[in-house]
Amino acid sequence: MVSTAATAAPPASGSWLRYLGWSTDAKVIGIQYIATALLFLLVGGFLAMVIRGELITPEADLVDRTVYNALYTMHGTIMLFLFIFPVLNGLNNLLVPLMIGAPDMAFPRLNAVAFWMVPVFGLILMASFLVPGGPAAAGWWSYPPVSLQNPLGILLNGQALWILAVALSGVSSILGALNVVTTILRMRAPGMGLFRMPIFCWTALSAQLIQLVGLPVLTGGAVMLLLDLVAGTSFYRPEGGGDPVLYQHFFWFYSHPAVYVIILPIFGVFSELLPVYSRKPLFGYSFVAMASLVIVGLSLIVWVHHMFPSGVAQWMRDLFMVTTMLIAVPTGIKVFAWVATIWRGKIRLTSAMLFALGGIVNFVFAGITGIMLATVPIDIHVNNTYFVVGHFHYVIYGAATMGVYAAIYHWFGKFTGRMLYEGLGKLHFVLTFIGTNLNFLPMHPLGLMGMPRRVSSYDPEFAFWNVLASLGAFILGVSIIPFLLNLVSSLVRGAKAPANPWNAIGLEWLLPSPPPAENFEEHIPTVLRGPYGYGSGEPLVEHQERYEQALREVTA
Amino acid sequence: MTSTSVGASPGEGRGPGNTPGPGEAPGSGHHAHPDHSLTGFVLFLASESLVFLAFFAGYAVLKTGSLSWYPAGVEGLEWREPLRYTAVLLSSSGTIALAEHFLERGRLGLFRGFWLLTMAMGALFLAGQVLEWRGLAFGFTDGVFANLFYLLTGFHGLHVAAGIVLMGVMLVRSLTPSSGGGHRGLQAAGLFWHFVDVIWVVLFLLLYVWR
Repeated sequence: MVSTAATAAPPASGSWLRYLGWSTDAKVIGIQYIATALLFLLVGGFLAMVIRGELITPEADLVDRTVYNALYTMHGTIMLFLFIFPVLNGLNNLLVPLMIGAPDMAFPRLNAVAFWMVPVFGLILMASFLVPGGPAAAGWWSYPPVSLQNPLGILLNGQALWILAVALSGVSSILGALNVVTTILRMRAPGMGLFRMPIFCWTALSAQLIQLVGLPVLTGGAVMLLLDLVAGTSFYRPEGGGDPVLYQHFFWFYSHPAVYVIILPIFGVFSELLPVYSRKPLFGYSFVAMASLVIVGLSLIVWVHHMFPSGVAQWMRDLFMVTTMLIAVPTGIKVFAWVATIWRGKIRLTSAMLFALGGIVNFVFAGITGIMLATVPIDIHVNNTYFVVGHFHYVIYGAATMGVYAAIYHWFGKFTGRMLYEGLGKLHFVLTFIGTNLNFLPMHPLGLMGMPRRVSSYDPEFAFWNVLASLGAFILGVSIIPFLLNLVSSLVRGAKAPANPWNAIGLEWLLPSPPPAENFEEHIPTVLRGPYGYGSGEPLVEHQERYEQALREVTA
Repeated sequence: MTSTSVGASPGEGRGPGNTPGPGEAPGSGHHAHPDHSLTGFVLFLASESLVFLAFFAGYAVLKTGSLSWYPAGVEGLEWREPLRYTAVLLSSSGTIALAEHFLERGRLGLFRGFWLLTMAMGALFLAGQVLEWRGLAFGFTDGVFANLFYLLTGFHGLHVAAGIVLMGVMLVRSLTPSSGGGHRGLQAAGLFWHFVDVIWVVLFLLLYVWR
């Protein structure tokens, strides 16, 4: 049940201890989400280092083969459910209320419950390393019949814990989505019509709508998988009249749109940052906004492209090939708008801007391989090869994670009151960009040559590209060091962040850094026009000079 | 806590979403926010209906693809008795609507009477469900039809039970006038009950009518 919003949070104290306990303040919860997610990025990243360490030689010599199965399963699960989704929920919590001029999220208590489920299912997933038989090892998609093997016959096996964790993650995400959608629909400042919202809010709304539609379906499918595994049913067991392909439908009906849940807010980040650092309005604002909703609609009718070799009818292959390719239209509109935005702008290559530009470059590459994969003959040829692995890592790391870094460099000062160091930021960018491309580009020739994914030993002819990929992965591992160093040293002794360090336009920049607990309190501004008025000289809100005057008094 | 002192007159140009909540006290650390729980609840119901939709789709896929649908020795389901309980559940949507109608007219006695009647009809439906389960010749694990039958009726039954509990809680809360948001809670319970009914209609068609 949805709880009522009338809760009194403890007063915002300056103590960092409030980040360790129960809080209903969206700005605290946002940072809790991001800190938890970064912790799990390190865990998932460590598993990736072991995987690439194994793959640097053709022989399976570093870890046992069954351990390897568990490694890639847990790497994927952790990175998706415990890194990228929580980090984006963190950005939603921090940015959405500020950008629309709301004091908090619509349901603060629900918000805290949704957050605290993350460490709980994180612990459940980590605990699966300790149960007999080890953690889930059926890949992050847990297809039956592989996921229905339970040779030890114990009830709380790794796979059952995996399903439990994913189901809890789903509930947490649905609660979060209810909150974001309600907040955006009901709590916008006066004058802020939908078409005056910053693009990040459009993309957050779109992404969370997908969660509300897709996650229940995955949860339903996961319940049936759990019953098959522990209660003796046969929904997905052919020997009992069930159908394993049905699970694939349930899984991909959510898990393909989930890619858009991840990438849409990143599109939002790109759309926010490019105007700031090129001093130009976003090109084609309303088209970029609507493109997000078009992507939501299309994302729900493309899932079978993951199942072209799974024995689906030819008409389904044809239909879903076309719908998948159609997604290139709204995404193409966005890329075009970004290029037109920076075209002849006064570009400032800050760390945030570098990550945004690098992310867009990687995204375009991922988009091209995505169109290739949408083509049925190519998809069947490279199915389950490293071509697919390379493609989605370009999306998830090359575009999405770099977009997350861009957001952190852009808004860190706003929410912590301390500036990050630009030098370390640029070092972080260079290592990340080189590491990403060195790691994931070689996977494409490997896939075309026919190297299957999810195996720990391979034919020696694949060795060259694998060595390159592993070197890239290790560079990515090293790239985290300047990032963490930057976060810690900035928090300890970084320069104090001014209210508007990047000279940006938006409601969040009319508040001190960090903003007070209630954001604008009683003085919620009346918005006069759409975002990104760079170069126009017109005020964003009524009495803007008074807000700016108040900021000068606070910071003086 | 720092505060931006801006000279805009209070309340100026406030949208409907920004009116202060009932418990809002100026100057206290974290203010109460306006109540959007009904919006959130409708979104929740829309999302929840997709779990059922997934199960229904699974039922259709498995049924159309199966060679022998019912468990061995079972020809089909007995539908007359379930139809009676269906009538009880569907008419309870009418009694709850009557209850809400009397609430709006301020006739609290009639409201409580019809509200309690709705709860009783829900409980009767659940009892009928239990009786049907006990009389069946097949168990949960006897093939994919049995799996789906118990999954669908069980999951729906959980919703009926949750609906009765929700109605009870909201009734008690409406008796104590101090707890705010009571009327919205009743509205939410009413919406939930209609939702449970609509789901049952689809479920009945799938399980009992579609041979």
